[in-house]
Amino acid sequence: MNMTTAALDWVTVVFDAPLARAVVFGVHIDGHLVVEVLLVAVILFQLTRKSYKPPKKPLTEKEIDDLCEEWVPEPLYPPITEEMKTEPPVLESAAGPHTVIDGKEVVNFASANYLGLLGNENIADSCISSLEKYGVGSCGPRGFYGTIDVHLDCETRIAKFMGTPDSILYSYGISTIFSVIPAFCKKGDIIVTDEGVHWGVQNGLYLSRSTVVYFKHNDMASLESTLEKLTHKNKRAEKIRRYIVVEAIYQNSGQIAPLNEIVRLKEKYRFRVILDESHSFGVLGNSGRGLAEYYGVPIEKIDIITAGMGNALATDGGFCTGSVRVVDHQRLSSSGYVFSASLPPYLASAAISAVNYLEDNPSVLTQLRSNIALLWKGLSDLPGLAIASHPLSPIIYLKLKKSTGSFKSDLELLNVITDRVLKEDSVFIVSTKRSVLDKCRLPVGIRLFVSAGHSESDIHKVCDSLTRVAALVLV
Amino acid sequence: MVRLPYLTALTTLFSYGLLFAFGQLRDFFRKLIDWSRSKSKDLRGYAPICLGLEDFYTRRLYLRIQDCFSRPIASAPDAWIDVVERYSNDNNKTLHRTSNTTKCLNLGSYNYLGFAAADEYCTPRVIDSLKRYSPSTCSVRVDGGTTNLHTELEELVARFVGKPAAILFGMGYVTNSAIIPALIGKGGLIISDSLNHNSIVNGARGSGAAVRVFQHNSPSHLEDVLREQIAEGLPRTHRPWKKIIVIVEGIYSMEGELCKLPEIIAVCKKYKAYTYLDEAHSIGAIGKSGRGVCELLGVDPADVDIMMGTFTKSFGSCGGYIAASKEIIQYLKYTCPAHLYATSMSPPAVQQVISAIKVILGEDGSNRGAQKLAHIRENSNFFRSELQKMGFEVLGDNDSPVMPIMLYNPAKIPAFSRECLRQNVAVVTVAFPATPLLLARARICISASHSKEDLMKCLEVISKVGDLVGIKYFPAEPRKHAEQEKKNL
Repeated sequence: MNMTTAALDWVTVVFDAPLARAVVFGVHIDGHLVVEVLLVAVILFQLTRKSYKPPKKPLTEKEIDDLCEEWVPEPLYPPITEEMKTEPPVLESAAGPHTVIDGKEVVNFASANYLGLLGNENIADSCISSLEKYGVGSCGPRGFYGTIDVHLDCETRIAKFMGTPDSILYSYGISTIFSVIPAFCKKGDIIVTDEGVHWGVQNGLYLSRSTVVYFKHNDMASLESTLEKLTHKNKRAEKIRRYIVVEAIYQNSGQIAPLNEIVRLKEKYRFRVILDESHSFGVLGNSGRGLAEYYGVPIEKIDIITAGMGNALATDGGFCTGSVRVVDHQRLSSSGYVFSASLPPYLASAAISAVNYLEDNPSVLTQLRSNIALLWKGLSDLPGLAIASHPLSPIIYLKLKKSTGSFKSDLELLNVITDRVLKEDSVFIVSTKRSVLDKCRLPVGIRLFVSAGHSESDIHKVCDSLTRVAALVLV
Repeated sequence: MVRLPYLTALTTLFSYGLLFAFGQLRDFFRKLIDWSRSKSKDLRGYAPICLGLEDFYTRRLYLRIQDCFSRPIASAPDAWIDVVERYSNDNNKTLHRTSNTTKCLNLGSYNYLGFAAADEYCTPRVIDSLKRYSPSTCSVRVDGGTTNLHTELEELVARFVGKPAAILFGMGYVTNSAIIPALIGKGGLIISDSLNHNSIVNGARGSGAAVRVFQHNSPSHLEDVLREQIAEGLPRTHRPWKKIIVIVEGIYSMEGELCKLPEIIAVCKKYKAYTYLDEAHSIGAIGKSGRGVCELLGVDPADVDIMMGTFTKSFGSCGGYIAASKEIIQYLKYTCPAHLYATSMSPPAVQQVISAIKVILGEDGSNRGAQKLAHIRENSNFFRSELQKMGFEVLGDNDSPVMPIMLYNPAKIPAFSRECLRQNVAVVTVAFPATPLLLARARICISASHSKEDLMKCLEVISKVGDLVGIKYFPAEPRKHAEQEKKNL
């Protein structure tokens, strides 16, 4: 009893404390005002709380253990089918116009040896002196003592040959294009490209994370409408970088890109052009300088030219050429150049000798062109197969006149033809093989790579052989 | 592990801040000058190749010290090289070659076993194969690019590494970039070490799978990441992952450290993840018979699902390989883009690798291989211990031929590099972006062709230059000796 009265007395004293009797702005502040203010504060506090959600319990260790036990991964490889087990034929000599397979001599139409430089004495001699001086590998990337003077000589030689200020060497043909594209195209840029480009270009486009728009294979009307659509509504298009990526001679179909049209469109819509000349360098043009010379377009109009040297120049590696700004930019930001060992020096000296040979003997180009024309004539009337490539392309592409409906069965049929041609007539030709990762949907076919080293009898032999086997298999 | 002294971190940050400020000032004046001059008509309407700060580092920091990188040489990348002298008329913006060369000791090339220059066993055979098969096959592997040399080398590599089968590629970088997309795609998970090489990062990105990173060389963190990821599944749908691949390297080229392979393999086996080992720097250089990090750490090659390596470093050639089970190799030969679309490896380079492996295995009839392996091990261990005694901060494990020496401060990078070149020792210095910003270093690669006198000369030069530049961060013994002498006095 005493305690409660004492407590009540204490409370009344507190409420009658001087503070409680203060006068603020003419309003008496009594004790009960304090309680009311507190209640209002509590109500406001509750109103600002979020609605109740049951808390998310993290998984316990035991539950994680159980999940890990249950999880079953897919196997690393899919079930092996019969077609996965086939091995390509093994060559026992140099891959020139005539080569040896399984002890027999065959006529070789499967190597992209366009100028017939495999087996050339001068090139072999320069390689041998290079091997004796520098060894085989360069043992380091370009930034760390992997730059050998032959690399710099090769870069200057190629730039002089093409008529551009500078060029840069890469150590592998396919890595050239998929390092160049991400070096220039970043996220947010626009790239317009042909739907028939090869895997190297597709990989480069994917790695660049830019917006990629495809146009119909080698169709300039489709290209124009795509460019129009992209620049028409987009006012911001001025600030982002825009590129058109095309190949000079398409690996997947043998068509040639009409460069004069492309340059006209590029200048109209303000795009930059990246041109992959792997199969046209050393082939097209009066002196072999590529697509620009063939169409009479000045080389400065094409911003970036890349090429693999594993075709006409009969070595390995690749190069990229263009203005000084373009080439210098790649020396620090192209991943295939900075993070990889440089080209073996003997291949660089082989490239220099090959370019020297090409400049000194332009007659080899006329020989190549007459071979292509002859083969075209011989193959234009095959039963069941039609030529699908450009008349000037050194890759002659034969596709089935009547497709069976699926890639797989088409390919099986073509493989039957190529196997029989090899076994029965000793002529080596190949069908196109597509990887599972390739996005290109152009039809498969048989490819013949024409070389300046082929003789007339070789060409007649392949025509006769194909006519005979195609008649047997396809009709 | 890097022990960064506090004062050094402060001074390094201050130096970078100063360089950044000066760079911005120069950019400002450059903008003024460009604005007063008119731009050419041709470039109107085209967005510039690099906007604003994208190439700030290149223009304002890298170009100042450009002469320390990309030094051309005029000889084979052996123990002694001829470095070409260059001069510049416009403050290092462009460099021009002269025809003078200086003979320097080479501490930068990846020439671990000394196969870089002409070798008495390998070079005659390489020249024979060049005459027989010519420098290139001009064709992809599945068409007309497979020669007997390629099949012979694939069998030899499989035997050397200890796996059933192998497949070859013409370039090490492309091996990683083209194989990883073939093995895993969307719906899979790649867990890679935080310090993995750019080719692995590119391959992982190109595959379309999700990528997670675990702390460098830490099996416990790998286990945490695996548990968390398997329990959670795909990011938003929480469906289970299709497969998980863990990618590690044998020797990390910027750290010189060995991978903690036995623990990582144990963790991967427990959680049913596949392992991919990139032995670019370790194959041929470590292990009693040169078989790489598996042999050194006692791991059975059958426990690693896919072993990748390159021929550029220890074998003095070019190219890469993948060794795995027969089915995986068959599948890769059927679908890997680098096998189907890329020119096959040059035949003389293939012959060089065949001969080099035969020398290492002792199958050429001499014991040069065993001598080279013993030599590189002794050289590495000797050099590393001497450098540590002198007070440098050296990273890396014992037996590893790669030893980075920490520099930290950006001004010390060109100072160290140029001073060493003046004393005829060629070193490699690495800065951002290959390493983190504060952790610039000089990287030394020891070779079996370095003799004892060469190493002693190197140590002398590096010690002198180290005193001059001030990078002996942890002087332990010399001070102790000095104090003891004082006490004795």
